[in-house]
Amino acid sequence: MERRHRILIVEDSPTMRQLLVFALKRLRNTDITEAQDGMDGLRKVTSDDYDLALIDINMPVMDGLKLISLIRDEEALKDIPIVVITTEGAKEDRERALALGANEYLTKPIQANKVLQVAKGLLKIEG
Amino acid sequence: MSQKEIFERADEVMALFRRGAEFTKELLEQNRDLRRRLMETQSRQSDAALDHGDWEKLRQELLSQIQGLESERQDVMERLEALEDENRQFATRYLEIEEENNALANLYVASYQLHSTLELPEVLKIIIEIVINLIGAEIFAVYVLDEKTNALQPVASEGAPLSDIPMESLGSGLVGHAVAAGETNCLDPGGAVDWERPIVSIPLRLDERTIGAIAIFKLLAQKEQFTPLDHELFTLLAGHAATAIFASQLFGQSERKLHTIQGFIDLLTK
Repeated sequence: MERRHRILIVEDSPTMRQLLVFALKRLRNTDITEAQDGMDGLRKVTSDDYDLALIDINMPVMDGLKLISLIRDEEALKDIPIVVITTEGAKEDRERALALGANEYLTKPIQANKVLQVAKGLLKIEG
Repeated sequence: MSQKEIFERADEVMALFRRGAEFTKELLEQNRDLRRRLMETQSRQSDAALDHGDWEKLRQELLSQIQGLESERQDVMERLEALEDENRQFATRYLEIEEENNALANLYVASYQLHSTLELPEVLKIIIEIVINLIGAEIFAVYVLDEKTNALQPVASEGAPLSDIPMESLGSGLVGHAVAAGETNCLDPGGAVDWERPIVSIPLRLDERTIGAIAIFKLLAQKEQFTPLDHELFTLLAGHAATAIFASQLFGQSERKLHTIQGFIDLLTK
């Protein structure tokens, strides 16, 4: 039986969440969980096993950068691949996110193809 | 050494010689056999070389085979080329369908979200989300028309305080003209923010009724130009955002009226 991939989307905008779910649902054997802010994301990422997390930067309650640093500080979670999805396109923002431990950095408006390509790469899905 | 021993040694030497003689004899026989075979082969080769007809026949057969194979190869190459061409067409079509699929997903999400609430603040929030996340705008505003004064009042903004956004009036300025004409006005996205010259002015209309407008003043740094999908989204917003705003305004009014009537009823029945 093929292994199922678990993906967590942490994004405060319902529009973006729905769009990301639409894109990622095209991957086979994938379970997607949504979180509406950083704190909700932290709760969910610590209570279940995920193969990939897509995290927005600008969010209420707890921002994405804080969430990434907390994930990377946690021994059990530090290897989860993280994709940052943000409106911030400046080079320094990208470098800061990557320095904190993000694996990929995508800027809005997102291209569904690009999200899929990055997710496939990090989940090691061929084709 | 005794005489007996000398005879035994002599027998051994003689046996050795005999074996040597037998081996030499075998070698000579093999040599003769090989010479005979060589002579036969040379003779067959000479005969074939002398018979010109056989050679020509063989040559023609081989040439015909080569021609057949060449034609087959050509046929295979043509079929391969046709398949490659077909493959390229499929790949191009696949990319086009992928793009259409993505565009439809964006449009579906935008319209789904716009009609997911009847609360005006929520509708405005969703319009803002769509313009940021799906179009990639950094500074923009949403206007609502005051039908009594024909003023386009900014009611929500992103990237700049609402107080910075100038009010517009129907028929004047880029936004006012776009709304009066009922057509989206789109300029070159480059350049500094100019409140008088938004790069995109989208009229929000419901049939012949003007609801308001969306004006985009600046795009996100990574967004360099508009795509065909952006224009589809402008069209979608022009209709669906107008419907969503109008529906939420009507809902708000009916809620207020309901509260007022309820208040009167409560007053009369007390």
